[in-house]
Amino acid sequence: MSEMTMTEKILARAAGKRAVEPGDNVWVAADVLMTHDVCGPGTIGIFRREFGAQARVWDRDRVVLIPDHYIFTKDDKAHRNVDILREFAADQSLPHLYDVGTPRYKGVCHIALAEEGHNRPGEVLFGTDSHTCTAGAFNEFATGIGNTDAAFVMGTGKLLLKVPPTMRFVFDGEVPSYILAKDLILQIIGDIGVDGATYRAMEFAGDAVMRLSMEERMTLANMVIEAGGKNGIIAADETTRAYVGARTKKSFDEVTNDPGASFSFERRYDASRLEPVVARPHSPDNRALARELKDVRLTRAYIGSCTGGKLTDFVNAAQVLRGRHVAVDTFLVPSTTEVSTGLRTHTIDGRPLLDIFRDAGCQVSIEASCAACLGGPKDTFGRINGPEVCISTTNRNFPGRMGSKEGQVYLASPYTVAASAVTGRITDPRELLQ
Amino acid sequence: MTIRGRVYVLGDNIDTDQIIPAEYLNLVPTIPEEYRKLGSYALAGLARTPDQPPFVPPGAMTGPFTIIVAGKNFGCGSSREHAPIALGAAGTKAVVAESFARIFFRNCVATGELYPCETPARLVDAFRTNEEAVLDLEANTLTNVATGAVHTLRPLGDAGPVIAAGGLFAYARQTGMISAAGTGAGASVSGGPQAGADD
Repeated sequence: MSEMTMTEKILARAAGKRAVEPGDNVWVAADVLMTHDVCGPGTIGIFRREFGAQARVWDRDRVVLIPDHYIFTKDDKAHRNVDILREFAADQSLPHLYDVGTPRYKGVCHIALAEEGHNRPGEVLFGTDSHTCTAGAFNEFATGIGNTDAAFVMGTGKLLLKVPPTMRFVFDGEVPSYILAKDLILQIIGDIGVDGATYRAMEFAGDAVMRLSMEERMTLANMVIEAGGKNGIIAADETTRAYVGARTKKSFDEVTNDPGASFSFERRYDASRLEPVVARPHSPDNRALARELKDVRLTRAYIGSCTGGKLTDFVNAAQVLRGRHVAVDTFLVPSTTEVSTGLRTHTIDGRPLLDIFRDAGCQVSIEASCAACLGGPKDTFGRINGPEVCISTTNRNFPGRMGSKEGQVYLASPYTVAASAVTGRITDPRELLQ
Repeated sequence: MTIRGRVYVLGDNIDTDQIIPAEYLNLVPTIPEEYRKLGSYALAGLARTPDQPPFVPPGAMTGPFTIIVAGKNFGCGSSREHAPIALGAAGTKAVVAESFARIFFRNCVATGELYPCETPARLVDAFRTNEEAVLDLEANTLTNVATGAVHTLRPLGDAGPVIAAGGLFAYARQTGMISAAGTGAGASVSGGPQAGADD
């Protein structure tokens, strides 16, 4: 019997096979299918067209609907799209709709899935969003799919997948206090390029990774897609079990690499030698050291999204911003309502994060959503509507990603974004962190 | 099968935000009027250069370009199926690129909107926008009609029959993987190992 990686083991189990190897095409059973307001209506349209108006989803308890993209806008079609999700959930009696305007509303789907206990080790998660790979931090197989594939899963519970080879990225040693997970993943993407992991699984391992919080591990797995990867994956440990156990009573089955598992690529990093990095316009692999870019003048800073809008991201930004004032327009958007609450309840030296940010002159939205990470309707909070030069904790900086094609976006960690917001130019956070 | 028409030439890493900017993702592809609108916005996110005509002329719903010739990693970024759909709705039949991002390739196959053809050699300098080309999907060649140069493509493999059938569902029905439309959910999957739209 061949020895398998974590990804291979999950796919073998979900395919009902004893073993699989890279390149095998296998029918995989889904544990969870997630969709949102941007791709859900199209998925539902295909599901009804192909399976019939009276068709039922394959398993009500495994379909999760999380409106999160275009919520706080006057755009009529955006509201119509949430109505389509609402009507479908009612028609199908789906228990997992996190509906807008109700106490269940969550915000950004990838963080909501984690918070609501839908991410569980050993499982297969499909989502109609490329950043579905975020959930790989939980030792599961998670990947983004299109509407047609999602409609197929909705009706059958299955999808044909090619088993990916695994690339392994190992971080040994101690991560310096000024380095965050965002620096690790931007380092990797800069090394392998935006198509360096196409069709492949990316495993993150090593002492330095296993010392990260779940939120930081999610940042690593989140940007796998920016290297073209199919999924990211991290071993489960006490950190994973504590997070998942606090959020779901469902049992789960962790996977580990077999001792003889083979990898298509392995790269080791000495974490102690890492420096804060930035991805320059207009590509996530256009890496430079933050300290090399101190002549870049900014007009805006942005903290939010599935990548950089978790509570830990705001706590990290607040470490830099407290007692200081921003020099450029700085927009903050919590990813979920739980994070939004945390901005009020989490304190540093007795002061709530929200007060720290407002004292610093930031514009804080209390409404959780994807917001300006992907531009969105023209009235989206923080959207780039002209030739702005923005530094952001988000995930993509392709031309026009945050709105206007005239905009320029630099991607960086919450420390680097906060430090740069204070000085108005790209700043290595070591200059401000004590 | 051959596809003949005008070519539109693009570079590397053409991402889904350039193919269909996020502000148009409020359009739902399964609603016919909105499908057509998506076509009118195809490649609206592309930075305009003086020597390149717009992909879709202002005010038009479709464009004159049947085949896109591009470099590496075409369709990178988001999983939005709106991207291959916008190109298909604009009248494009095929994208010939050095390589594709995984989800975009898969969405081309699943929707049946576009043939995503890979080339072993870089062809972005072998064509100019507006030149006429012939894509032969049996011989796996792309011919520049003006120069007569014939370029070899990689075979589509398992994806070819799926696109030819009209996408994942049509293919799944043709091959008996799922039952006919309208027979209700919980359709069981009984296909062979090669029977689908994989990347």
